[in-house]
Amino acid sequence: MRLPTAFALLPALALLWGCDKPPVARADAGRGDAEDGRTTVASLACGACHSIPGIRAADGTVGPSLAGLGNRNFIAGTLPNDPGTLAAFVRNAPSLVPGTAMPAMPLSEAQAIDVAAFLASLR
Amino acid sequence: MTRVRGLPAGLALALAGCTPIQSALDPAGSNAGMVFDLGVAMTIGATLVCVLVVVLAWRAVRRSRAEGAWLASPRMVIALGAVLPAVVLTALLAYGFVLDRQLAAEEDRAALTVRVTGEQWWWRVAYLAPDGSPAFETANEIRLPVGQPVRFELESADVIHSFWVPALGGKIDLIPGRTNTVTLLAEREGIYRGQCAEFCGTQHALMAFMARAETPEDFGAWFAAEGGDARQPETEEEVAGHGAFVAAGCGACHAVRGTAAAGTIGPDLTHVGSRLTIAAGTLPNHAGTLAAWVTDAQAIKPGARMPSFDELDGPTLRSIAVYLASLR
Repeated sequence: MRLPTAFALLPALALLWGCDKPPVARADAGRGDAEDGRTTVASLACGACHSIPGIRAADGTVGPSLAGLGNRNFIAGTLPNDPGTLAAFVRNAPSLVPGTAMPAMPLSEAQAIDVAAFLASLR
Repeated sequence: MTRVRGLPAGLALALAGCTPIQSALDPAGSNAGMVFDLGVAMTIGATLVCVLVVVLAWRAVRRSRAEGAWLASPRMVIALGAVLPAVVLTALLAYGFVLDRQLAAEEDRAALTVRVTGEQWWWRVAYLAPDGSPAFETANEIRLPVGQPVRFELESADVIHSFWVPALGGKIDLIPGRTNTVTLLAEREGIYRGQCAEFCGTQHALMAFMARAETPEDFGAWFAAEGGDARQPETEEEVAGHGAFVAAGCGACHAVRGTAAAGTIGPDLTHVGSRLTIAAGTLPNHAGTLAAWVTDAQAIKPGARMPSFDELDGPTLRSIAVYLASLR
């Protein structure tokens, strides 16, 4: 069955995909550069909302601490924590979790993959 | 945009001396250049005097009898103790006086006047029309045309602040009850950081601003657009965000020209989305940091007049952030 393209980014689909084949970005996601991701996280000031180990002044309390994110099974308590989903989430959280307070971030896909690699390195 | 997002990281680097965004040692105009030259002259002169004193002190301790007599002779005491300081300080006074006159003369060439008011802990910025009335108001960011001196009228709404863009000129205090002036000249396009340079309360360190030097054409286009009303919300989320902005009472403190929001307590938000930073240089400007600031201002900048709007649900908070980011 051919799914409408508009559904390609929906979280439910990402979840279903997680069962038998990896999400689209996964191959790329594994190749993210964690150091570039760290730089992006620092320059975007993700720390305004999140406490992030290793980032100066990142002590926000609006969202959850990102310490040990790489060990967690779920993102935002609902999504599987794999590199592709994580990259999609940091770039456009509302498209995956409609009730979230986290806005879409001004990130390119490549930057999002790097950020996901950095976050996955937080163990 | 990458440049924009890189700014706060750049700020940290600037403090470490790696990026010239906020450095008196990398002047971006002749005003700052003259002050830099004075600094170099004083450093060299002070080094020479210091070396002379150390050498003489060394000789005085290790002296032979004949040399001791020479050093202690009335002629040497008068020459090194009175004549040399008088000559050096007189020369420095003359240099400083001439420099000061040159800088002051720049003010006569300035066609544009910007009134900057320091408030705990942000900068109210009003570009003045030729008749001296405010043409429009903005905040925490100034733009200036390359090659044209800009006159700044500096005032304070509360305590003493100090206005300093190291790359563009010297610093000058903002003093309650009086108006100081300074003229800045940028001769190189770029983004420079200014910082309050007089301790003004707990968030003094987070009272910064950006100075953007642009080509006269770019500046003219910006000036024309900045004086206009706010962009109308277009997307569904922006419309919702505008509604939530009004419902939350943001307009009691903030103005968004062209809407009912006309508050004057906080920064004018008419074109907030076009600024590089929010909360006076505290955070880079995008929907994420705008959301953080709206919901958690008191954690980010404790004591600021902006309350934390922590009663909003996620989608409402997001829509306000997206609406604000759209006000370009």
